[in-house]
Amino acid sequence: MSKEWPLWEVFIRGQHGLSHRHVGSLHAPDEEMAIKNARDVYTRRNEGVSIWVVEARHIAASSPEEKGPLYEPSNSKVYRHPTFFDIPDDVGHM
Amino acid sequence: MYAQLVKTAGTGVKTREEMSDEERNFQDRVDRDEKIEPKDWMPDDYRATLIRQIGQHAHSEIVGQLPEGNWITRAPTLERKAILLAKVQDEAGHGLYLYGAAETLGVTRDELTEELLSGRMKYSSIFNYPTLNWADIGAVGWLVDGAAIMNQVPLQRTSYGPYSRAMIRICKEESFHQRQGYDIMMKMAAGNDAQRRMAQDALNRFWYPSLMMFGPSDKDSVHSAQSLAWKIKIDTNDELRQRFVDQTVPQAKYLGLTIPDEHLKWNEDRGAHDFSEPDWTEFFNVIKGKGPCNVERMEARVKAWEDGAWVRDGLMAHARKKTAARTAAE
Repeated sequence: MSKEWPLWEVFIRGQHGLSHRHVGSLHAPDEEMAIKNARDVYTRRNEGVSIWVVEARHIAASSPEEKGPLYEPSNSKVYRHPTFFDIPDDVGHM
Repeated sequence: MYAQLVKTAGTGVKTREEMSDEERNFQDRVDRDEKIEPKDWMPDDYRATLIRQIGQHAHSEIVGQLPEGNWITRAPTLERKAILLAKVQDEAGHGLYLYGAAETLGVTRDELTEELLSGRMKYSSIFNYPTLNWADIGAVGWLVDGAAIMNQVPLQRTSYGPYSRAMIRICKEESFHQRQGYDIMMKMAAGNDAQRRMAQDALNRFWYPSLMMFGPSDKDSVHSAQSLAWKIKIDTNDELRQRFVDQTVPQAKYLGLTIPDEHLKWNEDRGAHDFSEPDWTEFFNVIKGKGPCNVERMEARVKAWEDGAWVRDGLMAHARKKTAARTAAE
């Protein structure tokens, strides 16, 4: 069995109420140490107000080869964007 | 630089006709400045070269803590000590970002550590020089971190996504490092005669080793041409070295210190300084392990790894026990 500590992915919420954002990864024996290490590695300059850590093996990810079929359904629906519709200037701001 | 003499895998840049369809698509993406991400297809040589380059860069950050750590207990004031401690902690962080980026290419952290400790992977030659007096800590921040920034700023645009993101984080933090070094140099240069002598002595000893950080000229190297085409190298070694000299000369002048190069002068035609090359024989000796501190640096890393084994194992055993207890309770 590998003696290496498991790999964790680190997510940080910044100061301004935005979502947690992936900032990088680190190794730690358990979640408690992962959070402490994340604080030392990724928030040395007040970068965040909240830390999430998740073991990398628990993350499922889409693969680049599926890019076509995966996103195709949204490519054909241009009417989802507000700019699809022409509103006359006389109507004013909408 | 922090990665010197990285051997680019492969036989040089292929023509479009020689490339496979996959290789052509890959090169097109790089040319369009699209980032390559871990799960994307990439040539084996690109992957192998990046592991070497990012690994060597990471090792340099970690070994680079040693010459500065040497002065933490002897910093002249509590404030200087706190600043140096924060700087050295940053270097550890930089090493970790980079190890993280290298691991996305399919190498493990332990493999990288073992490659360093066995001497198969290198770290920057600069860290095999000793820090003999407090002014050396100023010179290291000013010149060594200054040279590092010169290389790392363009690498923020490198083609490999995780490497680029690590470089962006590092560059944000690196500027503090260079300024704290220059701040020490200003204090020393404005001090008494003894302090000024120390500052000049530190510049004398660190000047040429800093120029060596960029590595020997690679303008004719087919390997560098491949790394440039892949955008894992952005400028040639000579371009970066020239930029570093041009930036540093006025900074030395402000300090009232003399750069130890009698051939250094402004060349109006080139719009750049002419300067003497460092002693490349010395450089290759240091790379081969014959620098003043190679043995000491490696001993320190091996000792840290071996002495820390029981902590790593103990914490892992504790984590397994906790998980087992929690599973049993559920």
